[in-house]
Order: sequence, then C-alpha cells, then structure tokens
Amino acid sequence: MKIVVCVKQVPDTHEVRIDPATGTLIREGVPSIMNPDDKAGLEAALRLKDEVGARVTALSMGPPQAEAVLREAMAMGADEACLVTDRAFGGADTLATSTTLAAAIRTMAPDLVITGRQAIDGDTAQVGPQIAEHLGIPNASYAEHIELDGDALNVRQQFDEATHLTRLSLPCLVTAIGELNQPRYMTPGGVFEAWREKQIRVLTRADLALDEGDIGLKGSPTRVKKSFPKALKPAGVTRRHLTADEAAQAIVEALKAQRVL
Amino acid sequence: MDFTLSREHEMSRELFRQFARREVEPLAREIDEEERFPRETVEKMARLGFLGIPIPRAYGGQGCDALAYILCVEELSRVCATTGVILSAHTSLACDPILAHGTEEQRQRFLVPLARGDKLGAFALTEPNAGTDASGQQTRAIRDGDSYVLNGAKIFITNGKEADIYVVFAMTDRAKGTKGISAFIVEKGTPGFTFGAKEKKMGIRGSSTYELCFADCRVPRANLLGQEGKGFSLAMQTLDGGRIGIAAQALGIAQGALDKTIAYVKERQQFGRPLAKFQNTQFQIADMATRVEAARQLVYRAAMAKATKRRFSVEAAMAKLFASAAAVEVTSMAVQLHGGYGYTREYDVERMMRDAKITEIYEGTSEVQRMVISGALL
Amino acid sequence: MNTQDFSGVFVFAQQVDGQIARVTFELLGKARELAADLEGEVTALLLGHDIAPLAPSLCEGGADRVVVIDDPALRHYATLPYAQALSAAIERYRPAILLFGATAIGRDLAPRVSARVRTGLTADCTELAIDPQTRGLCMTRPAFGGNLMATIVCPDHRPQMATVRPGVMRAIERAPVAQPRVESFQPAIPPPETCQLVDVVRRVAHEAELADARIIVAGGRGVGSRDNFALIESLAAALGGSVAASRPCVEAGWVAKDRQVGQTGRTVRPSLYLAIGISGAIQHLAGMEESDFIVAINRDETAPIFAIADLGIVGDLNQIVPALIAGIGEARQNG
Repeated sequence: MKIVVCVKQVPDTHEVRIDPATGTLIREGVPSIMNPDDKAGLEAALRLKDEVGARVTALSMGPPQAEAVLREAMAMGADEACLVTDRAFGGADTLATSTTLAAAIRTMAPDLVITGRQAIDGDTAQVGPQIAEHLGIPNASYAEHIELDGDALNVRQQFDEATHLTRLSLPCLVTAIGELNQPRYMTPGGVFEAWREKQIRVLTRADLALDEGDIGLKGSPTRVKKSFPKALKPAGVTRRHLTADEAAQAIVEALKAQRVL
Repeated sequence: MDFTLSREHEMSRELFRQFARREVEPLAREIDEEERFPRETVEKMARLGFLGIPIPRAYGGQGCDALAYILCVEELSRVCATTGVILSAHTSLACDPILAHGTEEQRQRFLVPLARGDKLGAFALTEPNAGTDASGQQTRAIRDGDSYVLNGAKIFITNGKEADIYVVFAMTDRAKGTKGISAFIVEKGTPGFTFGAKEKKMGIRGSSTYELCFADCRVPRANLLGQEGKGFSLAMQTLDGGRIGIAAQALGIAQGALDKTIAYVKERQQFGRPLAKFQNTQFQIADMATRVEAARQLVYRAAMAKATKRRFSVEAAMAKLFASAAAVEVTSMAVQLHGGYGYTREYDVERMMRDAKITEIYEGTSEVQRMVISGALL
Repeated sequence: MNTQDFSGVFVFAQQVDGQIARVTFELLGKARELAADLEGEVTALLLGHDIAPLAPSLCEGGADRVVVIDDPALRHYATLPYAQALSAAIERYRPAILLFGATAIGRDLAPRVSARVRTGLTADCTELAIDPQTRGLCMTRPAFGGNLMATIVCPDHRPQMATVRPGVMRAIERAPVAQPRVESFQPAIPPPETCQLVDVVRRVAHEAELADARIIVAGGRGVGSRDNFALIESLAAALGGSVAASRPCVEAGWVAKDRQVGQTGRTVRPSLYLAIGISGAIQHLAGMEESDFIVAINRDETAPIFAIADLGIVGDLNQIVPALIAGIGEARQNG
C-alpha cells in the first residue's frame, strides 16, 4: 500500500501577534510548525503502516524552507519526502495549489491520499476536496476514524449534527481532523536520521508538466484585494455598584445587541 | 565560530520541549509533593528512545550525540528536575561506562536493554565514609573462583531500587588504595543485594535515592567492568561525563525558574501596574537571563567537546561549577520576585529553588570542580 | 470565460432531514442586499429528496425563486452526488455568485464543486459586498487565526463562490409570499460506484464541542465550590451555550478537564464568552481573548479579566447569575 500525506508548514498562529503601534502582523520570531490537522493525517498513515504495512510519503508544496516539516515527518516515521517547489508556483490560491499538488500526487500513484482538514494560517479547508476532484477520486472529509477493509476504506466523518459512515474504494482521499488520533512524537534517532541520512525529492514545474495558466498567480481565480488587521476592539465598559437585577438587565441588553438573544 | 545549534539539534530540542511540557510538567508538582518516582514518565521516555540518546544504534541507542542528550536533560529539568536527574544518572553514569569500558558481551547483555529503555541504570560509588574522597571505599569484592563476593554499603544512590542495572565500585585490593578499586555490573535481584533506607530529601523528591546493601553478594567475574584495579579512574572518567548532565540539569532548572518568573511579573500587579514595569524587576530579570545564557554556553561547549571526542574534563567541571551556582542564584531571585507567593508550594519556583541546591553537591561538589579546574592550571 | 454570461445571486439552501439550516436564511438575507446592488435576482438551490414542501419558506426568507433538485441520491448529504447536482445547476443557470454556509457540509461541497467548474472559492467569509466599480463580489475573511482580515475577489471566473460563517449575516424578517416561484431541475445523478454512504448517525444530545461553541459560559475559582458550579451550568443551559472553566476549577475537580479553557486547555473563540468568577490569569486569557464579545462578572474590580471584557460587572456572582438566568428567560419569552 502506498500512502501520500500532504503536510504544510505554517506559522504557529497562536504565536502571531499584532504590533499595537502599527496594527500590522508581527511574523518575526513566530515559529513554523507542521499544520496540526496534517500531523493527524500523518499519524493515521503511520498507523496504517504499523498495522498493515505501507510506504508513507510526505508531500509538501512551499518554499525551500518547508523542508523542515518534511524532515519532521520523516523523524516521526515517514519513509520518504517530496517537496514541490518553484518560483512559478508562488501566489497560488487553493485552486492552483490543489492543481499543483494533484499533479505531483499523480506521479506517485498512491492508494490513499491524506490531507489535513485545514491549515491554521489559511483555514480554508479547500485543498483536500479539490485535490480529490482533480484526481477524479472520492473524498471523505473530517475523518475522525479510518479503517482499512480490503481494497476499501471505511471512514467515520464528523459533520455538524451527524456522523457519516462512508465506504470509499481505493484510491481515495481523506481529510483528517484532530479527533482522528494523538500524533506520535518524533524520536531523537529519527530526527538525526532525517537530517543526516535522508534525502528530500524536489519536484519543480518542469517535473510536473503543468500548464502555465494552471499554476501560481495565473492559475488562481481569486486575488487578495487587500488585507488589513482586524479592527482593534474598543475598550469595554465596567459597571460597578449595580444591584443584581440591574446587572442582569445590563447583560441582557448587551446580549440582545449582540443578537445572542 | 558558530554558536548556533545544528538543525537536527534544534529539532531534537523542540521534541524534548514538547515532551517535557505535555508529559512531564503536569506531574512535576505531584511527584515532588508525594515523593513519588515517575515510573510512567520513564516508560514513556523509554518508548521514544530517550534512554539511549547518545548510544550507537548498534547497541540499541538512538545514534545521536552527547549534545542531543544534554538538550534532553535541560528541557526535562526546565519543568521537572527529578525527571532530568533520572535520565542523567541512567545515561551518563550507567550507559556511558558500559559503552566506554564494557566488553562486547557486556554491551550486548547490559547496554542494549539500557539504551532501549527496557532497563534502567544507576551508579554506586558514594559510601558513608567515601563522598568527595571516593578513594576511601569500604565495600569489598573478594575474588572467589569465577565470581567476586561483594560486602558493604552504598548511599545516596540515584535511581536506587528503581534501576535494574547498577555500576558498583568496590575494593578488590585494599593495599593498593585507589589502584585497588574495581567496577562491577550488578543486577537487581542478585542474591545478597538489597536496598536499605530511602532518603528524604530537600529537593528532587521524586527521584529515588536509596542505600544499597551488599551481603555476600556473588557477582560473576564476567560482570567485572574494565580491568581489575582500574575502577577509580573509570569512576572519575564517568563522573566527568556525568557532570555535564548535572550541569544541564542545573541549566534547565535555572531556565525554568526564569520562564516562570517572566510570566509572573508580567501578570502580577502591584501599585497599579505589572511588576515587569518596575526597574528593579527588569534588572533582576536581565541578570537572571545573563547567568542562564552564560551557563548554557559552558554546558554546550563541554557537551560538544565530549561529542567530538576531545578532552572535556575541565570544560565539564567549569560547566557544572558555574551552572549549579547559576541555578541556586537564579531560583532564589525567582522566589524573591514572586514575593510571598514564591514561598508557597502553589508556585513552581519554590520547588525549583529546593531542587537547585543538589546540583552544587552531587557528582562532585563545587569544591571538587574547583580542584579539577585548578589542578589543570597549576 | 465571459463573465457577462453569468448573472444572479444563488444560495445553496442547506437542509438536513427536512430542516433548513439557519445559515441558509442568513445567506438569503445577504443575497438580497447583493442582488439589490446588482439589480439581479436571488435564487435558492434546494437539494434533497422529498423536500419540495420546504421551498416556499425559502421564498419567505428572501429568495425570488427556488430551484429544487429532488433525487433519491440526495436524501442524505454525500459529497459526490451533491457535487454532481450542483455542478449541473451551475452549468444550467450560470450564476454570477454562489454562496454556501461555512458549515461542515458547505465546506466539503463547495471546494469539490469549485474544482470541478474551475472557479475561485473563498472560505469562511464574514463580510460580502459588491464593488461598485467592477460589480464584482468582495469577500472578506479572517486569516492567520483571526489576526488578519483579507478581502478576496474573483475577477475573471464565474460563479464567484464563497462559504459564509454562520451567525454573521442577518436573516430578513420572513414574509408570506403569495405565489412562490418554485421550479424543478432534474440533472442526471449517477450513483457513485467508488463511494457509498453506509450510515448516518445523529449525534443526539451531544453537547457542542467547546472549540466550535458559539456561546460559552465559563466559571472560575470565584464560583467557590463544585455544588455552586451548577449556577454556571444553569446559565449555559439558559443561553444554549457550552460550559467551560478555568484551570483552578479543573484542578479542584469541579469540572472535567476537557472543559478547561486556557494555555493548558482549549483555545476558543465563540461569539459570546461569559467569564464568571474568573480573575483572568494570563494563561486563561490566552485561551479566550479572541472571543467576539466578552462579559465578565467578578467581585474584584482589579481583576485583569475586566481589561479585556466588553462588558464587565463588578459584583457578587451568586446574586447576579440567578437574576441573569431569570432575565434571559423573560427576554426569550418576549422575543
């Protein structure tokens, strides 16, 4: 069995802060991490590897620095890693990104593709289902449990009010959520091996035979028109010396204004 | 000259940090309070290969180096000094001498399970009358056919009772003084080998510190580690390495106290503003951070010297001397900045201050480190 | 692609088991504004099986027209049949704008469809507007964990697709419609061979997960005891929200660990966060400061929680919370 797991290097958005003076994003010093949903996806692949045997490839698209998450994936147990990188891929929106990743995955002919549900820097949750569409394979989003059953995969999908049990024939794509598992730690030896002994395969535009109109900025139907910091919250109000009823009334009024009531 | 860690070291540190925060920190207060050995943590570390970080893969280890191991002790100690010393005693004092001096057969039999984490190791040199002056060993090992018969007692043994494999020192020839000391590998369960009282300590209270008793304990000759009569130098070499581990533990404690203090002074308000806005606080924090960083440079330098097979005896002594003093000072400053709260067990700095003191004492007191350093200079 | 060939504002009318999702009406409300700016029509696309009776309510909620796609394959939501039906509808009706609720269903379906018809899709929008110059749709959404807002456009592709965060747009007052325009569209939906929906299990009485909760009522050390924590639970029940707690409550065993908000617990960003008896240690604030609206009740007026609260009440929670529960009950009855 051959499994491709898409992993993205993301800034740890918990650590992102706004410069109070300029209102801009402070990206400096923000650590880069493996996107959490992707890590759950990788863990799911590694468990299949442990249980039934599989060759696990970690795949990432990004700048050369994205190498770090691929090394991390190998330090956790991925067999190999592949980085899709090219200046021509820059500025890609989700459609161009999914087109590019799908082209890379096609060269690997996997039985199973796993992506995270969404990346914490973009929060779009679009790339997984889009890759599946490009590859013409079924997808099951929000997997909270997966189980291999012959040449099919049984997936428990977490929707808002219900859980769907879906059976997909291989090849297929699954998007992972945090509830799927608790990802394992790297091992110290795995870290050293990943950096000192393993190679990362690099795929560029030339390797993927992609049309210029399908990748990067040109292949992206959407454009960022502008970005701006979230409006800073106006200072709140503190009320003192109210009776209990007055206090309750003040809160009820606020909840009405917030359309909670 | 490049003071940055390699990427594999950085990533290893990140791994150790995550493990420490998630698995070790939540237990730190409890194991101190209950004086309980964190067996579950040791098992988790074993599964992840932490018990054999610098040991070659051929012997069941992770094939990393001394610096990676030191980073692990530092990050563990940053949240829990007890966990730091468990790993340090196991790796530096039990695995290391068997790797350095063991026969191939001893390495396969003892080092492989230690490095894999199937077994835990300990080191037994100190005796009631042989502390800093380790040459005053009273424990005797008398050759009898294919075995040695051990009699005597060891005290203050870290990982005592919890460990499975002990590197034990004993006099094989009292007439020769230090040249009559030999090292043995003794397994728990060997007839005649029992545990005495558990020490009640000021700090590192989750670590299991026991007296070891040997009464006609018969150890096979195959368990003699190194040559007969070479035990003292084997012990001294082992302690050189162990000191880097304790220096890393001290560094971790100091860094941990600094972490907690920075968070506290930003939050705690007095006179209508956070403590962090007062110049006294700012200067104290600056001094603490500088001491921590200076200690770090010495500790990493000693670890790199060991990792690259250079001489590291003086470097290790300097690292331990400085880092342990830094730990004592920085934790004391941390408690002071926490005020009354810092003196309560509600706050981690109270435990850290108690934990720090031992780093100036065990595996060679600060006075011994000064002897080592000056001995190389004068 | 000639963008002029596409017109009208379309809304994917999400229904599950014959219940139209609330966000659908919010989308219709917004679609009305957009359609007014474009001088166009609002169309609701209603997919399912035996769901025609739901169509008039969509007209009442703001749709000029409802297109019903009724097929047994659409009885339950499944990605491929729904994507097939919707793609066929796009081809047939050529909408300029197509909106989805940013629900689990919407965020699974929309990307699959956008890739099939090769157009742009913007996720989880909190603001939509028509650019008066280009007459294109400006889609604004949070990024970087909510630290940054970005306005996205889709200039040369149609439809302009977006998923919209539930609870942000305002539904219009429903008004009866004398003659609802409802039409049926029946594209071929071949049953997918590669994917079967085996079962759908409703999550009954499943308490909303904290991370997704829109309303959170959190108690802190000031609540005082495990018994008194019932106050927090009652208030949460009155508001239809989830219960959370700060670390001391969890450590004291008043509340389960999975309810803990803060650095060592969960990070939440609900629309409303009620912090009751929580002083606001930095570790707690880290887990909830991004909430849209924060109400704090605390006896200590120097408690740091007041610095980030939108509304702070200095007072005794034991008196205020029961009064508040009563007040909420009254407001609900009158509303």
